[in-house]
Amino acid sequence: MKNIIIEKTGFFLITMCIAITGLFLALLIYFIVSNGINVLSFEFLTQPPKNSMTAGGVAPAIVGSFYLTVGAVIVALPLGLACAIYLNEYSPKGLVASAIRISVNNLAGVPSVVFGLFGLAFFVKFLGFGISILSGSLTLAILILPAIISTSQEALSAVPNSIREASLALGATHSQTIRKAVLPCAFSAILTGVILSIARAAGETAPILFTAAAFYKRDYPDSIFSETMALPYHIYALMTEGTSPDKQVAIAYGCALILLLIVLVISAGAIVLRNKYRRQNA
Amino acid sequence: MLEQNIRVKAKDVSFYYGQKRALKDLNINFFTNKVTAFIGPSGCGKSTFIRLLNKMNDLIPNTRAEGKILLDDENILDKKVDAVKIRRKIGMVFQKPNPFPKSIFQNVAYGLELCSMSKKEMERVVEESLQKAALWNEVKDRLRDNALGLSGGQQQRLCIARCLAVEPEVILFDEPCASLDPISTSKIEELILELKKQYTIVIVTHNMQQAARVSDWTAFMYIGELIEFSPTKEIFVVPKEKKTQEYLSGRFG
Repeated sequence: MKNIIIEKTGFFLITMCIAITGLFLALLIYFIVSNGINVLSFEFLTQPPKNSMTAGGVAPAIVGSFYLTVGAVIVALPLGLACAIYLNEYSPKGLVASAIRISVNNLAGVPSVVFGLFGLAFFVKFLGFGISILSGSLTLAILILPAIISTSQEALSAVPNSIREASLALGATHSQTIRKAVLPCAFSAILTGVILSIARAAGETAPILFTAAAFYKRDYPDSIFSETMALPYHIYALMTEGTSPDKQVAIAYGCALILLLIVLVISAGAIVLRNKYRRQNA
Repeated sequence: MLEQNIRVKAKDVSFYYGQKRALKDLNINFFTNKVTAFIGPSGCGKSTFIRLLNKMNDLIPNTRAEGKILLDDENILDKKVDAVKIRRKIGMVFQKPNPFPKSIFQNVAYGLELCSMSKKEMERVVEESLQKAALWNEVKDRLRDNALGLSGGQQQRLCIARCLAVEPEVILFDEPCASLDPISTSKIEELILELKKQYTIVIVTHNMQQAARVSDWTAFMYIGELIEFSPTKEIFVVPKEKKTQEYLSGRFG
């Protein structure tokens, strides 16, 4: 009898935790959707802002966020994957490898504004990229790099050794084994890490604050060296500057909703890719 | 046995995990088109030894081998000898079936894709290998299906087919039936008897009856040493060594 009570209470507590978590998520989505849905229109999605941010659309910010995020992933994925492959498949398990691993994990805990300052000092000033999509993407890339490295490395270490042995025993070299046997097995787990990183990169404000973002820009960015509007920064600007708060707040919620949708679309794309791959390979 | 029938020759082979000596001065010959079985209690070094034959132990850090294992006058234990070349000549089938999570076709073609081969030629070799592994009739209509959907016994025969596709000369079986049911086991055993016409076979087994059924020669190992190496017909009837006799009669092991 006592066991059953403990069992039931435990299960109840877990259910409550899930319910509370779910509730906050639902509330968040509800508030953003209910406040943002009114400003959503075709014009909002396709036009640049007008009348000092109080009317028009946010198209340049959408495009800018898209470029920044995609740029960050394009840079961070190969670098992170290479690093994970080195850590898991090549480095002798020892002092150096674990030092690298600890550094990577610490890097993941660095506040994002610090990455922003680093980006300003290194990419914008030292390398002379200026305030640009390139600087912003690179800054976001190093921000998501630790997450990509650690998820990829976990994905690789989850691949059973018997797969490596099978490949080597068939006369494959070490690098062929990684490319043709290990990576395909780890692919879907790696993609999961990428999905989370996309969401993170799309939503960050601090790293692009000093490296890429412009408060207002009428036209679309024309090269990777141009400044750009971006949704998270646009929200920040709308809420803290300007002279007609009520109109601006509504637009800010609209931006938040779009940001949410963009992350959803990109993630959905990656999930579809992952499922397609899983069907083929498992 | 005549000297020219020796395919692989091991001379004074010792092996160390760190300081621990796992194999002590092994001397053994493997004859062409014969099946040699290794029997002995767990931890006696059977698997360690056959993993030396295709350089799989090179992957384990902090290990060291001494002595010589000669294949075509080349010492396999020499660090300078190319592992890829050796593994193409000496294939291996593992204890647990380990197909890649790919299609049946891709599994068999894996070793072929590593060297350039035309698509047509590849299809021919895949079919031939599956036929040799007595799996073709069961899978010919679903070559594109995932290999993980096969039964354990079928997976193991797929692993054999995959190994045959790269045309090795010697095949190592490391307890190939350890995780299989009796029917799958007997299929694998039939297969081994068929394959020895073309290949030199070395098999590690926990199952003494299996050794008696499939092998021509049997090697009995005990705590890292080769106690006895004789024709299977003799070792099971009149073992020369007292330890062998004790093990075969079930007094330990």
